[in-house]
Amino acid sequence: MTEFRMPSLGADMDAGTLIEWTVTPGAPVKRGDIVAVVETQKGAIEIEVFEDGVFERPLVEIGTKVPVGLPIAVIAAGAAAAVEPSSAAAPLVEAAPPVAAATTPVSAAESVFVPELAETVPPTPPAAPVAAAVMSAPPAKSTPMEGRPRVTRGAGGLAEPAGVDLGGLVGTGRGGEIVLADVEARIAAKPAAKPAAAPTPAPAAGRGIDPAAMRAAIAAAMARSKREIPHYYLTDTVDLTRAEAFVTTSNAAREPADRLLLGTLFVKAVARAVKKYPEFNGHFVDGTFAASKAVHVGVAVNIRGTGLVAPAIHDTDRLGLDELMAAMRDLVVRVRAGRFRSSELADPTITVSSLGERGVEALWGVIYPPQVAIVGFGTPMVRPWAVDGMVGPRKTVVVTLAGDHRVSDGHRGALFLHTIVTLLQEPEAL
Amino acid sequence: MSANDPRAVLVEELGRIAPDVDVDTIDETADLREEFDIDSMDFLNLVTALAKRLAIPIPEAEYPRLGSFAKAVAYLGEKAAAAA
Repeated sequence: MTEFRMPSLGADMDAGTLIEWTVTPGAPVKRGDIVAVVETQKGAIEIEVFEDGVFERPLVEIGTKVPVGLPIAVIAAGAAAAVEPSSAAAPLVEAAPPVAAATTPVSAAESVFVPELAETVPPTPPAAPVAAAVMSAPPAKSTPMEGRPRVTRGAGGLAEPAGVDLGGLVGTGRGGEIVLADVEARIAAKPAAKPAAAPTPAPAAGRGIDPAAMRAAIAAAMARSKREIPHYYLTDTVDLTRAEAFVTTSNAAREPADRLLLGTLFVKAVARAVKKYPEFNGHFVDGTFAASKAVHVGVAVNIRGTGLVAPAIHDTDRLGLDELMAAMRDLVVRVRAGRFRSSELADPTITVSSLGERGVEALWGVIYPPQVAIVGFGTPMVRPWAVDGMVGPRKTVVVTLAGDHRVSDGHRGALFLHTIVTLLQEPEAL
Repeated sequence: MSANDPRAVLVEELGRIAPDVDVDTIDETADLREEFDIDSMDFLNLVTALAKRLAIPIPEAEYPRLGSFAKAVAYLGEKAAAAA
């Protein structure tokens, strides 16, 4: 039996939030199998085992933020250790009793502030990654912080199970922020420093998402995209006359709860079009593109004051417009309440981003790795438009495609984009 | 102020959608969506909630009458009175 530990996925990663177990207890696993998905500042990352064995049981709940090196599951294995040891983390595991550490739900929220013990609350149900506290967390005007040291998430996550009093630490990070190294140094200096007698309740998820962390995660994903993906861009303009008339006619007899939005048609058109052009739907991993049979369109949803996420609407192509509309409404509500599912984060095979009614004429997307395409819709506007030799005002929208040259090129991209345009001319067939 | 006072209901529902915006600080005659930074999905959710709580029909064709906070209060009051 061996403990499977939170791996380090890069020099700048100090902790990861468990967002998904991809195996069930009792399942045999072999080297290279993915057993979990962890949200880090870099986005969702799949965690692989390094040896063969049997996945016995998880030690932490979904939503738990775990410092690098702490155990997250038990894997029954042969003689060899099942997982790659993390040398950097070894001392801290000894300092913090593994059992307490593993059973203490470390904060699921991305809180950067030290919890006051008097204020601690019972362990919270696992929160969704990233958006744990969106609604309650206007970044700038939230927390009173006088007298409270600023602490990185990794440092806070490590300090609490180890019983380190952060109030007595001097931070060496930027602006005196307490960083992981400070906590590690304290643990090393005082190995006997009171370990948590009982699992200390984590601060409540919902105290406040850390907008800076989300911004950093977006920046990291986008920087990777721009570094690795040779983007090319195409654009076209869609006459929305028919689509808009279809929506208006459909909605006239409907209660508000059943009404459609134009954006639903956009998403559906992309889902339909990509079925014909599979090189835009899937994931590029380890130098190879794998087209996805299923179409899970990631829909970019703005989170007020914080950032955005683009979770998947599963099997978008198979949903009727009403079902898709309901799914999008549900998704937006849950995203803004911070309750989306891990699979929704991990599964998008292509992304659609729409500026909506208040915006500018075009949106040029940056592909979200490991996806290979993003379709952008600008704000629908009335423009002069020629039809049958006459110019007149028409509601139109500019649609763009960012494609990945490792997988496709402009010729196929143009056909794909044109198919979207064409599909939007027959909204009733969507 | 009754439980179904249109203004109170509007303030409450806007608060759900845009908790970061203080109604007291907005321009009541300016574009509602701009003032509260709400998109079409938010707006549809707002309309859905208002129609349900005030038990009034809000046809899509009348959305322009919800163009600003002040216009919306007047419109909802008128509809609520007609429905009563």
